[in-house]
Amino acid sequence: MQLAVWTYEGPPHVGAMRVATAMEKLHYVLHAPQGDTYADLLFTMIERRGKRPPVTYTTFEARDLGKDTAQIFQDAAREAVARFKPQAIIVGASCTAELIQDDPAGLSEAMNLPCPVIPLELPSYQRKENWGASETFYQIVRNLADKTLVREPREGRKARVNILGPTALGFRHRDDLVEIRKILALLDIEVNLVAPLGATPEDIARIGAADFNIVLYPEIGDEAARWLERTFAQPAVRTVPIGVGATRSFIADVAELAGADPTPALGDTSSRMPWWSRSVDSTYLTSKRVFIFGDATHAVAAARIAREELGFEVCGLGCYSREFAREVRAEAARCGVEPLITDDHLAVEDAIAAAAPELVLGTQMERHIAKRLGIPCAVISAPVHVQDFPARHSPQMGFEGANVIFDTWVHPLVMGLEEHLLTMFREDFEFSDEAGASHHAAHSPRKATVAPVREPEMAGAAFAPAPAIEAAPAGDDSLMWTAEAERELKKIPFFVRGKAKRNTENFATAEGRRQIDLETLYDAKAHYAR
Amino acid sequence: MSPIATLDGCAAELARSDRPAAETQRPVLRERGQREVFCGLTGIIWLHRKMQDAFFLVVGSRTCAHLLQSAAGVMIFAEPRFATAIMEERDLAGMVDAQDELDRVVNRLLERRPDIRTLFLVGSCPSEVIKLDLAKAAQRLGAVHMPRVRILNYSGSGIETTFTQGEDACLAALVPVMPTLSADAPKELLIVGSLPDIVEDQFLRLFGELGIDRVGVLPARNARDLPSVGANTRYLLAQPFLGETAMALEGRGARRIDAMFPFGAEGTSDWLRAAAREFGIDAAHVEAVLAAPRARAHRALANLRPQLEGKRITFLPDSQLEVPLARFLQDELGMELIEVGTPYLHRAHLARELDRIGPQVRLSEGQHVERQLDRVRTDRPDITVCGLGLANPLENEGLTTKWAIELVFSPIHGFDQAADLAELFARPLRRRDMLEI
Repeated sequence: MQLAVWTYEGPPHVGAMRVATAMEKLHYVLHAPQGDTYADLLFTMIERRGKRPPVTYTTFEARDLGKDTAQIFQDAAREAVARFKPQAIIVGASCTAELIQDDPAGLSEAMNLPCPVIPLELPSYQRKENWGASETFYQIVRNLADKTLVREPREGRKARVNILGPTALGFRHRDDLVEIRKILALLDIEVNLVAPLGATPEDIARIGAADFNIVLYPEIGDEAARWLERTFAQPAVRTVPIGVGATRSFIADVAELAGADPTPALGDTSSRMPWWSRSVDSTYLTSKRVFIFGDATHAVAAARIAREELGFEVCGLGCYSREFAREVRAEAARCGVEPLITDDHLAVEDAIAAAAPELVLGTQMERHIAKRLGIPCAVISAPVHVQDFPARHSPQMGFEGANVIFDTWVHPLVMGLEEHLLTMFREDFEFSDEAGASHHAAHSPRKATVAPVREPEMAGAAFAPAPAIEAAPAGDDSLMWTAEAERELKKIPFFVRGKAKRNTENFATAEGRRQIDLETLYDAKAHYAR
Repeated sequence: MSPIATLDGCAAELARSDRPAAETQRPVLRERGQREVFCGLTGIIWLHRKMQDAFFLVVGSRTCAHLLQSAAGVMIFAEPRFATAIMEERDLAGMVDAQDELDRVVNRLLERRPDIRTLFLVGSCPSEVIKLDLAKAAQRLGAVHMPRVRILNYSGSGIETTFTQGEDACLAALVPVMPTLSADAPKELLIVGSLPDIVEDQFLRLFGELGIDRVGVLPARNARDLPSVGANTRYLLAQPFLGETAMALEGRGARRIDAMFPFGAEGTSDWLRAAAREFGIDAAHVEAVLAAPRARAHRALANLRPQLEGKRITFLPDSQLEVPLARFLQDELGMELIEVGTPYLHRAHLARELDRIGPQVRLSEGQHVERQLDRVRTDRPDITVCGLGLANPLENEGLTTKWAIELVFSPIHGFDQAADLAELFARPLRRRDMLEI
């Protein structure tokens, strides 16, 4: 048993729902008790979908157990097929139905339904949401792809590509896709199919017609891509175009497989991020310490952008998906940090507090952690929140995605010039600590003496109960600051004061000094000078 | 034409009903099919806020944890007073003893959270299916941790409980540990059902003014300060979904005061009057006490009546609050009830409410969500009360909705919340009329 307060990923059948909901004319018959229907609200509330997910739940009850749950499943499947007339259905069990072993696969096979039935085996007690999405997409492709299809000769036609991976409830999948299509149009490449998002089962049948695949989200598309590689000899582009450098590599890789000239796409004049980063006002970004946590793909991409495109220093890197830990370990080695592979958000919180970063790039969970710690934060990865579905176009991929990332990451920081002004005028009453950054108050740090307040906030789904103030963890009070040193500390601008205090205390502890006086403060400053 | 006669399969459902004739005086459409409702675990979200010394440990799957965080937006609290012990392959395959694992998890939890005084082990669908005996676990762990921590158990599983029934199961688990009210003690009033503190305080003030001073509340704000119960307890249900709790209280000698539920000026008056009658309070005094707050509620409701009068409303089954809320909207705001769906109809507790609802109103129990949505599309009510999974899809079809869950989380009981309750229904309609996009 694992004690969990909060989870980064849902159960695997929620992954299957993300695939089913992304597709058209596919229906999911899910053997599950009542209550599991909560998952619908992820799509209708967080993503604001105007349609119910195409899922029929059997919603069996205790009194049905050992009697007719199998019959309930068959009735539900028959009714769903008659009502929704899908081109294909996927069938499976949620965690509870897995235990009663009704075998939805066998049951539906015996029914002679008028459409293809794809059985899913998603072990709820071993696996999680992303694996469930990946496995579901793989099974759909494997079952529905027309294996007799022979690709047309390449001569005299445009190169054709499949884009694999975007789903419902994905982090910016909708907008990323627009950017990828833009690049492919510039390279004069035809999109054979986007899947799962927007694809019908009949579309999947002709997946073999493409010359190659683009694996946009490896967590979801890679398993299917490997099967397509074997079955149709379709090579795959696995470069994830998040960041300017990665977008350039992506364009080069795609162009090479398509035999196209990459120049038109590489010359995209809307790529502003490189200049925004080189311009002098961005100097203050140099070596800002960032802590990065998310799904593997987004975390690794963020680390690379942080290092190479913004001049940040990565002081922590991790992901919650064990399946892709290898990529994160490799990137962590390049950053010179220990990788953090865990799905325990309390461990992530501890790691962030210990690393004392100046910016956190994470999921919604890290956003909350950062808020409690008074550290600026930007969200880079699922699990998603209603705020991750903005009305405006807001991609992560392509050159426009890099523009968006520049704004999103830099915006929470106190701006460079403002940093200097605050230092220069810190004795001025109008520049009091409480004023914080002028452009928005959301990230102004709390006064050091105030216990962190755990504020409730809408998770997008539902409602927030009454505010709760939980007890603040007791601090380390074995260290004593002299009045003089404390006064000096107050002269340090507030946005670096917390770090200065922590550094000084760490230094004092390491040095075995119980009392922190002016001397210790400046010794520590010298020690941490970079 | 009877609304039921027009519906496919409904007559057959009625004919199959095995309830005694006396109970089927008014037609109730009983349906069986996909139910689009939360399970009883969801109750933890308000119960853990109400009982501030209690912790709720769900023994379940990743789905249970995901439900709680999705429904509650729980990412909010780093350490809320609930958590899930997620069962894994090892627990199911018998590689480890699930009871030992539970001991380990509970001991660790109690070590880390010394502020916990009551721990609820909450059963889920998977723990029920594998027959993990949480009563035994509670007993065993209680023996170790009492008196510091009292350990209780109940089931919030979706195979046994629907949404608010989770609170019913939780409160029913508290009844056996309530202190005994001695046989010669004077008569005491017990209010049953969790209410927001502000509403609870309003009611306590009113009971005080009425002259009823011995008043207990279940659940108490501290789960360790439970009120007493015995043959001289007269209990008043504040919520319509507490069938099990009521039975447990009766089992300890308490007797229910029959009343309407305290929604709206009339429901609240009836509820307070019923208690006053039971405690022999002079009727003239009762009316004198009620007059001012009641008039205030009427004044506030009068502002909202023009917005709601004549509007047609359908309730999809959700919290079991549907029948009393429908009565309030019909009687005090002049709304027209089209369908009132409820997951479970407790005829005895709702008898006085049902008396007010005319035979032309389609009353349905249970759910077949697809057929029910077909009826909504045919009826086209002005407003449909439904769950979060259905609201945006219905809005997208041009049907105005009200999230049912807000009715469970907002203070809606009593005189001074009557207009707030009406406003919850008026706002979506007003918004629909305001928007020009």
